[in-house]
Amino acid sequence: MYAFEYHRPTSIGQAATLATEVEDVKFLAGGHTLLPTMKMRLAAPASLIDLSQIAELHGIERSAESITIGAMTKHAEVVNSSEIRESIPALAEMAELIGDPHVRHRGTIGGSVANNDPSADYPAACLALNATIITNKREIAADDFFQGIFTTALEEGEIITRVSFPIPSRAAYAKFRHPASRYALVGVFVAERGNDVRLAVTGAGADGVFRVPEMEQSLSRHFAPDALEGIIIPPEGMNGDIHADAAYRAHLVGIMARRAVQAAASRG
Amino acid sequence: MTATGIGAPVRRKEDQRFVTGQGRYVDDFNRPGQAYAYFLRSPHAHAAIRSIDTGPALVMPGVLAVFTGDDLAADKIGGLICGWMIHSKDGSPMKAGPHPALAQDKVRYVGDHVAVVIAETLAQAKDAAEAIVVDYDVLPAVVETAEAQNSSVQVHDVSSDNTVFNWHLGDKDATDAAFAQAKHVTKIDLVNNRLVPNPIEPRAALGEYDPGTDNYTLYTTSQNPHVARLVLSAFIGVAPEHKLRVIAPDVGGGFGSKIFIYAEETVCVWAAKKVKRPVKWTSDRTEAFLSDAHGRDHVTRAELATDDSGKILGLRVHTIANLGAYLSTFSSSVPTYLYAPLLSGQYDIPAIYCEVDGVYTNTAPVDAYRGAGRPEATFVVERLVEKTARELGQDPAEFRRRNYITQFPHQTPVIMAYDTGDYAASLDKALELADFANFSERKRDSARRGRLRGIGFSSYIEACGIAPSQAVGSLGAGVGLWESAEVRVNPTGSVEVLTGSHSHGQGHETTFAQLVSDRLGIPIDQVSIVHGDTDKVQFGMGTYGSRSGAVGMSAIAKALDKVIAKGKKVAAHVLEAAEGDIEFKDGKFGVAGTDRALGFGEVALQAYIAHKFSGQDLEPGLKEGAFYDPTNFTFPAGVHICEVEIDPDTGVTTIERWTAVDDFGVIINPMIVEGQVHGGIAQGVGQALLEGAVYDQSGQLVTASFNDYCMPRAADLPSFQVDVTVTPCPSNPLGIKGCGEAGAIAAPPAVINAITDALGHEDISMPATPQAVWRAVRKAHMPMAAE
Repeated sequence: MYAFEYHRPTSIGQAATLATEVEDVKFLAGGHTLLPTMKMRLAAPASLIDLSQIAELHGIERSAESITIGAMTKHAEVVNSSEIRESIPALAEMAELIGDPHVRHRGTIGGSVANNDPSADYPAACLALNATIITNKREIAADDFFQGIFTTALEEGEIITRVSFPIPSRAAYAKFRHPASRYALVGVFVAERGNDVRLAVTGAGADGVFRVPEMEQSLSRHFAPDALEGIIIPPEGMNGDIHADAAYRAHLVGIMARRAVQAAASRG
Repeated sequence: MTATGIGAPVRRKEDQRFVTGQGRYVDDFNRPGQAYAYFLRSPHAHAAIRSIDTGPALVMPGVLAVFTGDDLAADKIGGLICGWMIHSKDGSPMKAGPHPALAQDKVRYVGDHVAVVIAETLAQAKDAAEAIVVDYDVLPAVVETAEAQNSSVQVHDVSSDNTVFNWHLGDKDATDAAFAQAKHVTKIDLVNNRLVPNPIEPRAALGEYDPGTDNYTLYTTSQNPHVARLVLSAFIGVAPEHKLRVIAPDVGGGFGSKIFIYAEETVCVWAAKKVKRPVKWTSDRTEAFLSDAHGRDHVTRAELATDDSGKILGLRVHTIANLGAYLSTFSSSVPTYLYAPLLSGQYDIPAIYCEVDGVYTNTAPVDAYRGAGRPEATFVVERLVEKTARELGQDPAEFRRRNYITQFPHQTPVIMAYDTGDYAASLDKALELADFANFSERKRDSARRGRLRGIGFSSYIEACGIAPSQAVGSLGAGVGLWESAEVRVNPTGSVEVLTGSHSHGQGHETTFAQLVSDRLGIPIDQVSIVHGDTDKVQFGMGTYGSRSGAVGMSAIAKALDKVIAKGKKVAAHVLEAAEGDIEFKDGKFGVAGTDRALGFGEVALQAYIAHKFSGQDLEPGLKEGAFYDPTNFTFPAGVHICEVEIDPDTGVTTIERWTAVDDFGVIINPMIVEGQVHGGIAQGVGQALLEGAVYDQSGQLVTASFNDYCMPRAADLPSFQVDVTVTPCPSNPLGIKGCGEAGAIAAPPAVINAITDALGHEDISMPATPQAVWRAVRKAHMPMAAE
């Protein structure tokens, strides 16, 4: 790790101001991607703005229609939230599959969403649940927010404050864990809300998280695993590495989609 | 059996310290004025070094010195050595290329040591290392084991085709004759995957020099501090042996990787004198992946000949063993004398012939890793035996039983003389515990759920306590493989045992104390085990090859016998009886046929106050030492049965049941032994399902972190069903065979035999990852399916 300046503002306003005043800045949320990268000297921001002491960024709120989660809310808080367990159990179950207990007690939803790691779990949940990413400047629909691996709609200095999830009628997440890292080798999040079905895949796509319209259309007519029969996911556009080549990942998308739908359908 | 004696499941004395964070590892030691070393490592697998400019680094803040290979050479510091000479079958000695601690002229693997920076802080040393300018002429690399001998890339000048040795063992003509008369020949091609050891504590070294006394001290993560001192002094030449103290304090796991003498500790000792400051280096995890000696990495073709009744007639093996870019300390012995002599397994095989080509590649050096040669041999034998049974349509368990050795001693065609064992007893017990009788029912149940179930056997044997010294010397070892012990009895009757063994997780502080408690009849808390410091323990060979029980404890037993003999002399004087009338029993020295007796502590006190005997009659004091050299290897053996279920949709393999029945001879502490079995199986399952070091074609280590190198986790393993059979070992006074490596040796073929049973074909390599198994399932069930 190289030396850097460290700032710890207590309000979103202070953080935003600092971001415009300080050179070569990175926001620090849970730090689970940024800090290891800095320790390995692969990243060397001149300044860090630690968001952990900003009260407005914490907390989980439930309304009749949605769950809204503060950006600095840790995965473990999502796992343990009775409001989320009752309204969107699939979201809590997804958070429980992130990393290990250490990661879940440091990593945050805002950090995960802002980083848009192609193997992270939250982007699939956001996309499938049709979440809105709320920043200090605007509200961004998940469909517009994720723009390819490690790329989002966020502008320089823009801070995610909350993520709002409309409550679905039923939803589920099926994850095939990377054997070593426990990231998603393939993760499929499916959500049904009225007649609207959204299905998002993380881990598999070379361009990051993506939806599968063909599956969504079929499922919106008939929400059951057999609705996915005959839908072939081609290996083109899939990630490949030593653990899973494109063909295997494409195959797993179909398997995990069926398992997610099965789990969601069994919720009644 | 007493509550703390031999056979008692005594809780580990050292665990209080370890689990409360009170252990002291090398990195916990800090010396006044300590500076930090950081090694600049090669980013290339193979490159000529045109020049190194250390100038920009030398002016960086906090930098005390920057050294390169030229500085070591100028001080006449020798290269690292390989301590086991192997001769090729044409009689020529192995081709050992130079192995300088800091590279000279050339780098040969990613992570090779180019220069070292010594600075006030680690961060300053790292900053300065980035400022060193190295002009490389990057060369093509050779990384694949099977391609090394045909590559145009030449790793070392001494070997034009990268062959280190072409060695053989066994009788080629007799084996050819056996195959000529065979009714059936089963062939198999196997890859034994390369593994990264990954002890939880990375390697570390802290060198210190005292100019007043000209004494050097090295704190290092070593499994054998005396061997480290010997090599550093006699061969590398950093300090005279009597001026160098090596301390290996608490060490957090080794699995073999801390046997060897590496560049880093060499440089730290030498540099401490150069900069007149203590110098510390602690490996980070990436460095550990890159530069700890790796394990395994064999490519093998093997054939088994059988007659029409299913009796094994002969075995033929050819192995290419990747030794990496340099010959590590004991690397040459692993794929030769620790490998081929085990190829008879538990079977009566009349003829065996094995050829091994050791090869250089542009990869990290490969050396002993838990099991060291024996897992590789067991994988060959047990995969081949299983495949043969299937081809012959015979039950794999019964095929094994038909070929088991039943008469002991048994001389194999490959050096080993097995002393004792009862292989069928372990098999019978394992079959019962595994509920083998109902396996087909479980298989049907799995099938109903759309899953594939398989069962796999591993009837392994290993050779532990590598010995005797005369024998290993004749095979090329540069050292003897005995062990030493010294038992110091204090006037209060408490006992310190100094042992040449080294504990880095094995629990010696408990098991060795159990032996003392048992023999002397004193409470276990009156016993301290001292190890890991060359200033305290006179000499020792250290801990590896499951040798500490069979060899290390036997040395202690021998010293204890001497203590008791001396105690009898003391007691005879005090009790005014003839020495021949003194009996030692239940911790008391008594006069036979009377009730006159002295406790062990009373005799100890009398030995030291020396009031009851004259110096002419008897030396005061109670301290005895012993060197113990066994008469043979020991031969632990057993049967492991693995039962797996495969999800054909994903390729995920789940281990549903694991049964282990091992014969370790006499067991000192069954709880610790069971823990060793659990850990060994976990490592073996890791090799079979999860772990594999992968280099790309350019020689970059793709699996250089835990993000890509998959270690076994608790959730990957079932609850183990562990039991034992016991045939005491006749070649040491305690009857111990050793248990430290058994699980890692037994497990890989058990897993792969279970997977191939489930698949219905043999085409799967280690690690059998979900992707690999998914492909194999498709091959089995949908041969026409496009991928």
